[in-house]
Formats: sequence, C-alpha cells, structure tokens
Amino acid sequence: MELLLDSLFNGVAIGSVLLVAALGLAIVFGLMGVINLAHGELMMLGAYTTYVTQLIFKLPILKPFYNSYIIVSIFLAFIVSGVVGILLEKTIIRKLYGSPLETLLATWGVSLILQQFVRSVPLAYGSGLVISLIIGLFLPNTFSLKIKESINFKYFKFSSWILAALTGVLTGSVISSTVSKLSRASARNVDVTAPSWMRGQVEILGTAFPKTRLMIIVITLISVIAITLFLNQSAWGMRIRAVTQNRQMSDCLGISTEKVDIITFGIGSGLAGVAGVAVSLLGSVGPNVGGNYIVGCFMVVVLGGVGNLLGTVLASFGIGIMTDLIGAGRLLSIWPDMPLPLSNTINFFATTSMARVMIFALIVIFLQFKPTGLFPQKGRMVEN
Amino acid sequence: MSLSKFKFDKRIKLSFWIILIALIIAAPTLLPVFRLNLLGRYLSLSIVALGVDLIWGYTGLLSLGQGIFFALGGYCAAMFLQITSSSEFPNNIPEFFALYGVEKLPFFWEPFKSPIFTFFAIWIIPALVAGLIGFLVFRNRIKGVYFSILTQASLLVFFNFFNGQQKLINGTNGLKTDVTQLFGQMVGSESMQRIFFWITAILVIASWFFAKWVVRGRFGNILIGIRDDEPRVRFTGYNPVIFKTIVFSIAGGLAGISGALYTVQSGIVSPQFMTVPFSIEMVIWVAVGGRGTLLGAILGAVFINYAKSLVSEALPASWMFIQGGLFILVVTALPEGVLGWIQGDGPRNLLQRFGLKRKIETYPSLEVNNKEENNE
Repeated sequence: MELLLDSLFNGVAIGSVLLVAALGLAIVFGLMGVINLAHGELMMLGAYTTYVTQLIFKLPILKPFYNSYIIVSIFLAFIVSGVVGILLEKTIIRKLYGSPLETLLATWGVSLILQQFVRSVPLAYGSGLVISLIIGLFLPNTFSLKIKESINFKYFKFSSWILAALTGVLTGSVISSTVSKLSRASARNVDVTAPSWMRGQVEILGTAFPKTRLMIIVITLISVIAITLFLNQSAWGMRIRAVTQNRQMSDCLGISTEKVDIITFGIGSGLAGVAGVAVSLLGSVGPNVGGNYIVGCFMVVVLGGVGNLLGTVLASFGIGIMTDLIGAGRLLSIWPDMPLPLSNTINFFATTSMARVMIFALIVIFLQFKPTGLFPQKGRMVEN
Repeated sequence: MSLSKFKFDKRIKLSFWIILIALIIAAPTLLPVFRLNLLGRYLSLSIVALGVDLIWGYTGLLSLGQGIFFALGGYCAAMFLQITSSSEFPNNIPEFFALYGVEKLPFFWEPFKSPIFTFFAIWIIPALVAGLIGFLVFRNRIKGVYFSILTQASLLVFFNFFNGQQKLINGTNGLKTDVTQLFGQMVGSESMQRIFFWITAILVIASWFFAKWVVRGRFGNILIGIRDDEPRVRFTGYNPVIFKTIVFSIAGGLAGISGALYTVQSGIVSPQFMTVPFSIEMVIWVAVGGRGTLLGAILGAVFINYAKSLVSEALPASWMFIQGGLFILVVTALPEGVLGWIQGDGPRNLLQRFGLKRKIETYPSLEVNNKEENNE
C-alpha cells in the first residue's frame, strides 16, 4: 500500500510538471495548429523571472515579504512569458498563418535567440526590456475610446512606446545598481531557493512527501481549473472554443479570429511561464532548461489529442506514472519473484533515459490504434 | 520535369564540369590541411542535406530527426574501424570495453568485422530504420507538425539510448576513429584524409545525380503531388504511404552515407550527432539554399557551415543570434531560399525596385507562366 502510494505520488508529481508545461502548448496547437518550439524557452523565461523576483525580494524594503515571493513570481512569470508570446505572435507567427512547418522553424529561431539573450544580456536589463514591452503593448489599450478613434492615435501610441522605453531603461539601471548579481551577464546556471515554508516534507498516511512537489501539484491544479473555467465560462473562452472547432465559420459569424489568436497565444505562453516557476523549484535554472521538458510536452500533445483538455490531463499523468513505474523499476519491487528474463528486461529500462525510450515505443504502438490521440476531434473532412 | 533550372549551353556545362573536377583534384594542394578537412566535412554534410531536400522540399515532410540516420551511418563506420584495429588490445576487442569490464564482444558487433557488410550497412541500416519509422507513422496518416514532433521525439529516444549504453557502444564518449587503422594506414593521417576528401566529393556528385534521378519522371511528380495535395493523390488511386516511406528511407540512406563520411573526417562519432539542434540545422541549410532545388541543398550546407566556422572563430557568442535570425528571416522573407529566389523572379523584382528594369506592361501579365515553362 505504502509502495503504491509512493509510486502514485511520484508519478503524479512528474505528470503535473508535464501537464502545466504542456497545457499552453496543447491549447495553442488546438487553436492554430502551430507547435511553438520556443515554448521551452518561454518556460525558461518564467524560471528566470522567479530568480529575479527572488533576488529583488531580498532587498531591504521587501525583505519582510520574502516568504511570499514565490506567489508573486507566479503572476509575474505569467505576465512576462505571456507578453513575450504576444510579441512573438504579432511579429512572426501571424505572418506564417497556414504554414505550420514554417512556423515550427521560425519559432526554433526565436528559441535560439532567447537562449543566447539570457546568456549575453544582463538579467537586470533583460527585465527592463520586458517591462518596457509590457507598458508599450498595454498602455495604448487603456486609452479612452475617444483617443483611440481620433486621427492622432498613432502619436499617442508612439509616445507611449517612448515612455515605455524610458521606464524600461530606468528600471533596468535601478535593478542593476541595487542587485549586483543581476548586473552582469553570465551563462552559468542559477539556483532558486524555495522559501522556508516550502522546505521539508509533509507526512500523509505514513509516507513523507516533499513540500516543493506538493506545491507544484497545487500550481498545476490551479492552472488547470483556471483554464477550464476560462474556456467554459467566459465569453472569450467561448470564442476560443468556437475558433478551435471551425475557424472559417467563426470568422463569418463575426468573431475576431485575430484577437482570439493573440489571447490564446498569450495565455498559452503565460502558462509556459507558470511552468517555468514550477521547474525552477526542481533544479537549477539555465539557458537550456526548457529543452529538457519540451519533448515530453510534445508527447503529451500527441498522446492527448487536440481540442480537449481532459486528453492533455490524462496523457500527462499517464506518461508521468509510466515514467516512474519503468524508470524506477517499481514493477520489480511490487512483484519481486518474477521470471528472470522479464526482470532483466525491466532492469535494462530502469533508468530515466531508458524509461523515455520505452515510453516513446509505447506511444508509437498506441498511435497505431488511435492515430489522433485519446480524444480526437470529430469531423467529416479529409484533412482536419 | 528536369531539375536543373539553369539553362546551360552544352559547352558551358562541359567547362563547368571540367573546372569543378579540376578544383576537386587540386583542392588538397591549394588548401591547408585544416581547411581541407573542414571542406570535406561540409561536403559530407551536404549529402544529408540532399536527403532533407528530397523529403521536405519535394514531399513536404519536415523531419527533425535526420540526425538518427546520420549517426547510425557514422556508428556503422566507426564500429568497423574500431574492430578491425583492435588486435593489440586485450581479448581482441576495442579498447574501451576494458573500461567497463566487458570481455566478450556484444553480438551486434560481430558482422562489422567484414568490410563488405559494413559497406552495405552504412546506408542500408539507416534506410531500414527510416523505412520502419516512416511506415509506422505514415500508415496512420500522421503528417505535418505531428510528423515533425514525432521524428524529434524519436531523435531524443535514440540519443538517450546511445548515450546511456556504455557497455555496448561506449555511451556518451562515442567511438573514436582517427587513431584506427584502415589498409595499414592511420585514418586520421594526412594522406588518408586527402583520399576521404576525394571520396566525399565524388559521392556528393553521385548522390546529387541520384537525387535528380529520383525526382525526375513520374515518381518525382507523385512526390510533388503529395506535397501539394495529398488527399487528391490518394483519390487518384496512388497510395501515398508507399511513396512517402520510400522517399523517407532514401533520405535515411543518404544521411547514413553522409554520417559515415563525416565521422571518418572528424575523427569521432558520438551521441552528439543526435542532438536536437543539429538535426534542425540540417533543415535550415536546405531552407537557405532553396528547397526543391537539389543544388541549393548542397550549396546551403557548405556555405552555412563555412560561415558558422568563420563566425564562431571570430565572435563565438553571436552565432546563435545569427542562426536564430536566419531561421526567422528565411521563412518570413525568403521562403524559396537563395537559389529559388534567383531562379524565380527575385533578381528582376529587385532591379525593378531600383528602377533599372521596366515592368512588362501587358495584361493579363505574361510572366505568370514563366516558372512552369522553366520546369518543363
């Protein structure tokens, strides 16, 4: 019993990281048919946001609130990655609409640039740049309708961008002068230390669970519930579902598909940022941190099918539990006296990397029976 | 449909070939050894680029996993070289086995004792693996982005497998070839490298002709049909699965040859050949050179790699920015690639923009059909 609980918990913990990382990817893929290869790098931005937030909360003014930095960084990471995602959609992905393979390559280019960016630009100025992007993109939207419709709107827009740039430079230099760790560029990995209330373990039913893992499960749970509510209860959620099902028809009925694309891509990227916070709790943060998770996310998307969040949830927990079962060789401890050839095979696959090999093989076998994943979208078209 | 859209006069064509052959023969004396070796490696990479062009440029399948087949070819060659020059080591097996306490040769090494088997294995094993993966995927009508990410995942799986198996193939350290012997000569020696350069050059030309032959005629037309409208090809009575599998395994075989040549010239094969970025780079060589133009794949592979080594020598940090920018630029601004742009209306449009050439003032415009005529 204890063994089973332990195994289940480990599987759920692995799966919940996968889930929160794959959630954004799956939503975007369902809507636009686009796989964002820079998704891992958006996760990396989220992880770095956690790091920067942590350092800023160590300043004397914010020191009393230090324990709550992780909560703040979840929201900040969502905003940072979301804004970078929106910028990406506005500048590149929109131009490549209808050619998913080209989008794949372009987003790979973006991921290379982002990786090198965090290596060679000091994080202080990086956060300054992000702040100016946030202001520049959102300030024009807060103007009153009167200004928006006037002829001079472009001047207002221009001046808000100038304001944004100035604020960015200012914050960048303030951060770099106050936090010395952020003022120099480095390619080295950094570490996020969890606040004291998240260290240690909790005992449930006689088994000890690390608190960080529980925190990740909670983050995942909240993200999934929030996204489900947003998609099913809000007006924009309904529009997103409509466009996912039939783009042309929704367009004809007056839904602004352009806005839907931006919102969805922003939310998907923001979720990547939240995943980045989760990832930063698990290990050190470096420019390549996203690459470790991205292929797992692809597997979730392929296995879960598009257009149904339940598929994504089941697929990630399935993969997580299987990874734990195979990778830790747990079958052997559940059934100790199995025949020798079988136990040898299980031992052969009982490492994390070999477990991946096995799971991939299983997924390919699964796809032979259900080529479009667990919950395929129904349609009568030749091409979906 | 002929592939070479350049309309060479026969005499120009002949002199082009004579100059090319003269350059290949003279290259070892003209270039310093280091540069010659680099050129040889890049030429061998252009063979894998030809394969990518066949499956992506012609058939529309974007594989992000060509590194698998590339590395398989490399491993075949390296295993042969290691095993033939292992006579002085204990148990007559390659040196690294002793590190892990292995005394008996793993069974799959046995056939690589024979040079003939290796000669065929280098291209047949990758082609078979590609055919198997391709068949399992294409059979279910998995295509587009799904196909791309599945190939990427399988690349990672192979990487994990080769990286983790120290006792079978030396894991993450890879197999060294430059200190092994072939026909009584050190593989890493200057004279052998010169020969390898010539072999590479000949094989690049041979595989160029082979690829041209593949896309000529009805087979090539079906490939292009699959790229442009697969359901229609299926409704016309062809089975796209067979054609896709065949062309995917051809590309795999080419990748294997390329990997073997690259391995003997770089001196080592390791799981690093199967990293994700390397396989995507192969696609960008083709994209920059011009997809659907086989020559573009060769030129793209050679020139981008040359640029990479030059830039990395001068400013190591900036190559990632340049490469990332290249990815974005080539898909947004130059979707046809450089060669496609030259062959299309690119230069004329550019001249027009500078006001050097007048627009053709006919309506409906005549130049629309130019492309089709060139293709005939």
